[in-house]
Amino acid sequence: MTDAAFFTEVLIPALLKGGVVSLQLIALAAPFGLLAGIAIAIGRTYGGRVVSGLCHGYIIFFKGCPLLLLLFILYFGLPSLGITLPAFVAAVIGFILCNGAYNSEYIRGALLSVKEGQMIAAQALGMSRWQAIRHIILPQALRRAIPGVSNEFIYLIKYSSLAYLITVTELTGAAKIVAAKYFAYFEAFALVGIFYLILVSIATVAVGVLEKRLAIPGFSGK
Amino acid sequence: MTDVSAFIVQTLLYLAPGIVVTLSLVIVSILLGLLMGVPMAVGQVYGPKPLRALIGVYVWIFRGLPNLVLLFLFFFGIFPILGITDDPFVVAATVLGLRSGAYQSQIFRGAIQSIGEGQMTAARSLGMSTPQAIRHIILPQALRIALPGWSNEYPILLTDSAVCYAIGVAEILAKSYQLVSRTAEPMAIFLIAAVIYILLNYGGMRLFAQIEKKISIPGFGKGAL
Repeated sequence: MTDAAFFTEVLIPALLKGGVVSLQLIALAAPFGLLAGIAIAIGRTYGGRVVSGLCHGYIIFFKGCPLLLLLFILYFGLPSLGITLPAFVAAVIGFILCNGAYNSEYIRGALLSVKEGQMIAAQALGMSRWQAIRHIILPQALRRAIPGVSNEFIYLIKYSSLAYLITVTELTGAAKIVAAKYFAYFEAFALVGIFYLILVSIATVAVGVLEKRLAIPGFSGK
Repeated sequence: MTDVSAFIVQTLLYLAPGIVVTLSLVIVSILLGLLMGVPMAVGQVYGPKPLRALIGVYVWIFRGLPNLVLLFLFFFGIFPILGITDDPFVVAATVLGLRSGAYQSQIFRGAIQSIGEGQMTAARSLGMSTPQAIRHIILPQALRIALPGWSNEYPILLTDSAVCYAIGVAEILAKSYQLVSRTAEPMAIFLIAAVIYILLNYGGMRLFAQIEKKISIPGFGKGAL
């Protein structure tokens, strides 16, 4: 097989196939990771002692435990408790748990940056605490959390490669399989690197656009 | 109860060499990253245009690629082609260091840029050359400003070091995986490993907080403003 044919007929099709799996992992994990982050941030900021403590514990565990170890716990560890997850599901759950922990730190910072007087004012207007959080605090805080959260989203794209180590054949896995079969390690990993750079660059531009779109005109906070 | 504590002690004893490897990996790569990050930051702020562009591309590549892909690329691709070494620890420390250098350069760049331009002008007008001004005026302040952001590299490298298991570095995760395949106690062993990582994380952060206090200039910090 010629060099060109190796790229066009073997490597690129394999990477595209793996790329689809990577995108599925990311697309499933990102929205739930954001929701988890919001929930934990609210619990940590506005919850009572117990809820706040639990959320803090969650953050300490999932930020301190390496993501790969977390994936091992979910994929290799849980079966000993009688819970067997398919590798893909274990990967998505791992990404959500980890992404949620990091997101929650940015969202908590944003929640705390909304002045306390707003909560008091909302309650004075007859809103319940929860209504004030949902309608007054969160809409402002989430916008302020966008830079941090989008950074985590870009990390998620890169961390999705770890799914390969629990047997999910995503982008990195596809490259590794082709590399080993044709003994073309440099070519395969250089090309898969370009794939990731493209993904990350597109995502960087996209979150920039999103941030501009969601900004309230004349209310940039700058 | 004694069974449980015996199991924990045995696991810890087995994982101990892995802890040493993990910590050496983190220390070597954070220092390599520091060695690269400071000059790159200076180059990116004060260097000529081509140099700035070159550093920008380096940072873009090393921040844009997943750790795992870089490890595979260097371990299976670049190191064998160059014929340097096939020691997984050396490859892992190099990759983590090169990557951390890219991140650290941006931390230091931000710190350098946060120092008022007037200081450089003042230093120059006192007869210092630009390199002298950078070395004696800018960097001593910038490095202190950068410290809180810089100490974040420690937990990042600590968690990223676990990925080096994939190229066969005998660090904590690799050792626990070995032990799991022998004892068939995956959940307990992996949880112990997780606790070890969390404690290392916590201990390291405490250490960095101490350093931050030590090297701060009295009356010239957050409190002074």
